[in-house]
Amino acid sequence: MTGPLLSAVTFLPALGALLLALFPRGRAALVRWFAFLVAAAAFAVSLLLYVGFDAARADYQFEERLSWMPSFGISYHLGIDGISLLLVLLTTFLSPLALLSSWRAVEDRVKEFSMSMLLLETGILGVFVSLDLFLFYIFWEAMLIPMYLIIGVWGGPARIYAAIKFILYTLTGSVLMLVGILALYFQHGAATGTYTFDLPILARYVAPGGSQVWLFLAFALAFAIKVPMFPFHTWLPDAHVEAPTAGSVILAGVLLKMGTYGFLRFCLPLFPQASLTFVPWIFLLSLVGIVYGAWVSMVQPDLKKLVAYSSVSHLGFVVLGLFTLTPQGIVGGIIQMVNHGLSTGALFLLVGILYERRHTRLIAEFGGLWKAIPAFSVLFMIISLSSLGLPGLNGFVGEFLILVGAFAWASGLPAAGPLAYLVPVLATSGVIFAAVYLLWMYQRVCFGEITNEANRGLPDLTGREWAVLVPVLIFIVWIGVYPRPFTGMTEASVQALIAQVQAKAGIH
Amino acid sequence: MSTTVWLIPFFPLLGTLLNALFGRWIGRHAHWIAVPSNGLSFLASCAVFLSVGRGETFTGDLFPWIQAGAFKTAVTALVDPLSAVMLLVVTGVGFLIHVYSVGYMHGDPGYARFFTYLNLFVFSMVMLVLAGNFLVLYVFWEAVGLCSYLLIGFWYQRKAAADAGKKAFIVNRVGDFGFGLGVMYLWVALGTLDYSEVFAKVGTLSPETATVIALLLFAGACGKSAQLPLHTWLPDAMEGPTPVSALIHAATMVTAGIYLVARSHVLFERSGVALDVVAWVGGLTALFAATIGLAQTDIKRVLAYSTISQLGYMFAGVGVGAYAAAIFHLVTHAFFKALLFLGAGSVIHGLGGEQDLRKMGGLAPRMVTTTVTFFVGAAGLAGLPPLAGFFSKDEILASAYHAGRPWLWALLLLGAFLTAVYISRAFILAFRGAPRMSQEVARHIHESPRVMTAPLGILALLTAVAGVAIGIPSAHGTAFARFLSPVFPLAEEAGHAGLSALTLLVLSVIAAVAGVLLAWLIYDSRPVNAEAIGRPRNWLHALLLRKYYVDELYDFLFVRPLVRVAGFCARAFDLGFVDGIVNGVGRLVVGWAGAMRLVQTGYVMNYALATLLGAVVIVAFFLSR
Repeated sequence: MTGPLLSAVTFLPALGALLLALFPRGRAALVRWFAFLVAAAAFAVSLLLYVGFDAARADYQFEERLSWMPSFGISYHLGIDGISLLLVLLTTFLSPLALLSSWRAVEDRVKEFSMSMLLLETGILGVFVSLDLFLFYIFWEAMLIPMYLIIGVWGGPARIYAAIKFILYTLTGSVLMLVGILALYFQHGAATGTYTFDLPILARYVAPGGSQVWLFLAFALAFAIKVPMFPFHTWLPDAHVEAPTAGSVILAGVLLKMGTYGFLRFCLPLFPQASLTFVPWIFLLSLVGIVYGAWVSMVQPDLKKLVAYSSVSHLGFVVLGLFTLTPQGIVGGIIQMVNHGLSTGALFLLVGILYERRHTRLIAEFGGLWKAIPAFSVLFMIISLSSLGLPGLNGFVGEFLILVGAFAWASGLPAAGPLAYLVPVLATSGVIFAAVYLLWMYQRVCFGEITNEANRGLPDLTGREWAVLVPVLIFIVWIGVYPRPFTGMTEASVQALIAQVQAKAGIH
Repeated sequence: MSTTVWLIPFFPLLGTLLNALFGRWIGRHAHWIAVPSNGLSFLASCAVFLSVGRGETFTGDLFPWIQAGAFKTAVTALVDPLSAVMLLVVTGVGFLIHVYSVGYMHGDPGYARFFTYLNLFVFSMVMLVLAGNFLVLYVFWEAVGLCSYLLIGFWYQRKAAADAGKKAFIVNRVGDFGFGLGVMYLWVALGTLDYSEVFAKVGTLSPETATVIALLLFAGACGKSAQLPLHTWLPDAMEGPTPVSALIHAATMVTAGIYLVARSHVLFERSGVALDVVAWVGGLTALFAATIGLAQTDIKRVLAYSTISQLGYMFAGVGVGAYAAAIFHLVTHAFFKALLFLGAGSVIHGLGGEQDLRKMGGLAPRMVTTTVTFFVGAAGLAGLPPLAGFFSKDEILASAYHAGRPWLWALLLLGAFLTAVYISRAFILAFRGAPRMSQEVARHIHESPRVMTAPLGILALLTAVAGVAIGIPSAHGTAFARFLSPVFPLAEEAGHAGLSALTLLVLSVIAAVAGVLLAWLIYDSRPVNAEAIGRPRNWLHALLLRKYYVDELYDFLFVRPLVRVAGFCARAFDLGFVDGIVNGVGRLVVGWAGAMRLVQTGYVMNYALATLLGAVVIVAFFLSR
């Protein structure tokens, strides 16, 4: 495969956004179709990445490198490996669906909204494909602006508060990361004589112990906020509740994965010793996140908040898996990033469908929906089951691999004794709580008699809503039943990453 | 054989998909898809059973499944005598219950949905039995749990039904928490999850490790098979339609725990301790549930506690190493308990939905077939010779005694006596004496249609002859045990000390007959006072009526604290503390910034520049040190 395929995928949405700017006002339908088709085209092009990807190779593929600011060692360097491939595909897959889902929800400034969504997609894709830290940081920050606008302009009543909280919180983390990037740049330059932001080159450098810890913390904080890990999660429920459905889908579906991706792409290979040093703390926060997120979800009266807190729990699993440094844990973590994007994205879509009909998200307002809107209820059930990790659906594959990885990690630490097994045991307990909060929520929404007359005449899913949900459903079942095409893509890169970390950290 | 094996799950899966996708249009004709698909699956099972009878076995992979690094699993099937027997029970009893459901569910608005779930269950249960490794077993273990959840809550508009479904799922998840950990530990310890490899390598495990793994797996078995302390979901599961209670919550799914322990008996034997735990949990549950069964007033709940108790017998059998006897009891129990549930369903159908024994009575002349078949089932459960239950239960009792566990044997014998009491009581209260239902209900009493009574007849026949046909003990074990001998090697018939086999047999019969007589004395020799039956007469009766207050205890110990903790986390801690700090920092900055307002130029470029400069200064500071 030749040609700048990665650039094409990444900038196609941005190009679409630019063209949209030329559209006349008031042609909402045209704008919607155009934006959707651009995003769909980006997905189609990204499929070429999947087709051309050589799963046997561990190194970066589809690499593009252009000299940009050579005097500072900055280059336009793109490439993907098995770790980023699935995240790129997840982004291009969810974006057109998110756009399609907003056709009735967003009536105001449709053009600007569509432009923001497309620019957001480019920003996120850029994060996943950049192999130059400077370029990465630009995408990382650039993507904040459209997201800020989506929450702040098209959001709910408290949108300004939520948008500002979102941007200030994440900015705090990223500024520290910028410090870290620059420090690494200067340190590497001083040590080797080459001043560069190029990730593959920097990844060969081992920073001295003391500064590695500080660098790790600077990066890790930015990622922990983005994930978000407990206790840095409080921006998430606010942002989700206020964001329009399409924004929530992208936020939960892919934006949070920038944090977990960051851990995997930067923290582990750049600062392996420090990463290993902090494993107990990361595990502690992950476990608290898993259990605490589930508990807090349980008692939320608002559907969107419930789903938002469940993300804290699910992403706790992901981070746990990544830091087990076992093939099972990391492959499971990557698959779980995809799964969470599909399941939670779909949950937000479903909540959005309810909100469009009833203009409320309070669980107490619903009940007995199965009677009124059976098709919706069936899909809602399948997706809830996927989210709680029912075998046969996607969530189980990731969760199980992560837990196996945690178990393998614990068994590899004979010195820690039985205490280490607390990690897989406590993490597994999260699976029980997931069943509790999801089934309870489902029961209150869909089972029972119709208690609220307003729910009686609700229309069931429309053709457009089917079109949004069925593709997600297909992948939910596909990954659950036959995950090989997905896990197989990541394995070589994951093995190489583990080998690299172990070699740099001096363990075998 | 390989194609035939895969056809067994294929047909019910096809039926599920057809009814799920087109049920809206198929509607009241859904059984024309569901019943034949199950029937074909039964025929394929018969063919496989015959091949296995000729000594063939089968293992095969369908496709690779979850894999990462050294962790490699595939969707694997294994057919040996044990799975062949289970397949026959699942698809055979399943078929009869499908047929019965055509009558029982007639006219229900969710008719197609019902058959979709029922086919999905048969598919999942068949796959559970066919599974060739622990992960596939685990997957379908959860899948049958899902079907159970869906079918318990089938009448979702009733809160009690939806609650019961949720409870079943969550209690099972608690057990599966252990099961899942056990599977992971097994992989970490042995590097494989395939049955054949695991059982070949069990000898390399230390007994302590084997104990931990076996007990973790057993936690899952306790959940699925409703054993102490995870039994609470099964009585509530009676909220589901009665054919579901018969198929899932009596004949098949709940026996998966016994299947799991029997299947991995090599592992449990390696531990030793784990087998003891299995035996005692089974024995205690058998007695515990039987006592509750004495006092229940809902006909289905009597049968539910009976099921818990009978599953206890099977675990006791497995625990003392009498695997073939336990599986035999599993088979006969599937016959007579499905029969009893379907009979109860026929009664409920005839009474327009009434399940309360206090409002029954005198049904015998009005529902002859149901009465006769229910009687056969009750006698089978009570263990009266020569019905199947007599042979299978007695073998477990004898095995417990000969395994050197006289106390366990005594426990089970007492349980057998109580079993005879409660099931005779239920029979008498429902079918004999004077009618206690309202005039209105009494006028409409009718025998069920043929589509329902035919399955009753077949199950009654099986209950009557299965024991004599394949369960008569000999010097070389029963015919049934000989069939299973490739999986469970026949024990050497050693000379037993203590009571002889014949004495034990006589004692069992005495216990059963005494139980029947006692029930007759209390409930049938003089007219019963319906009012008095459900009212607590003394503290012991109250304890039994309230099921030992276990639900209340769990509510107090787990449910309420969890809700309180979650509420505290969500409100006080998350919003107050964690977010309070975040917003506090925000306010601090705003306050500080008020003083710094002069610096605010309002130009984004200036801010960006300041950010960058600040970062550079910090870096320069670190580098210059």
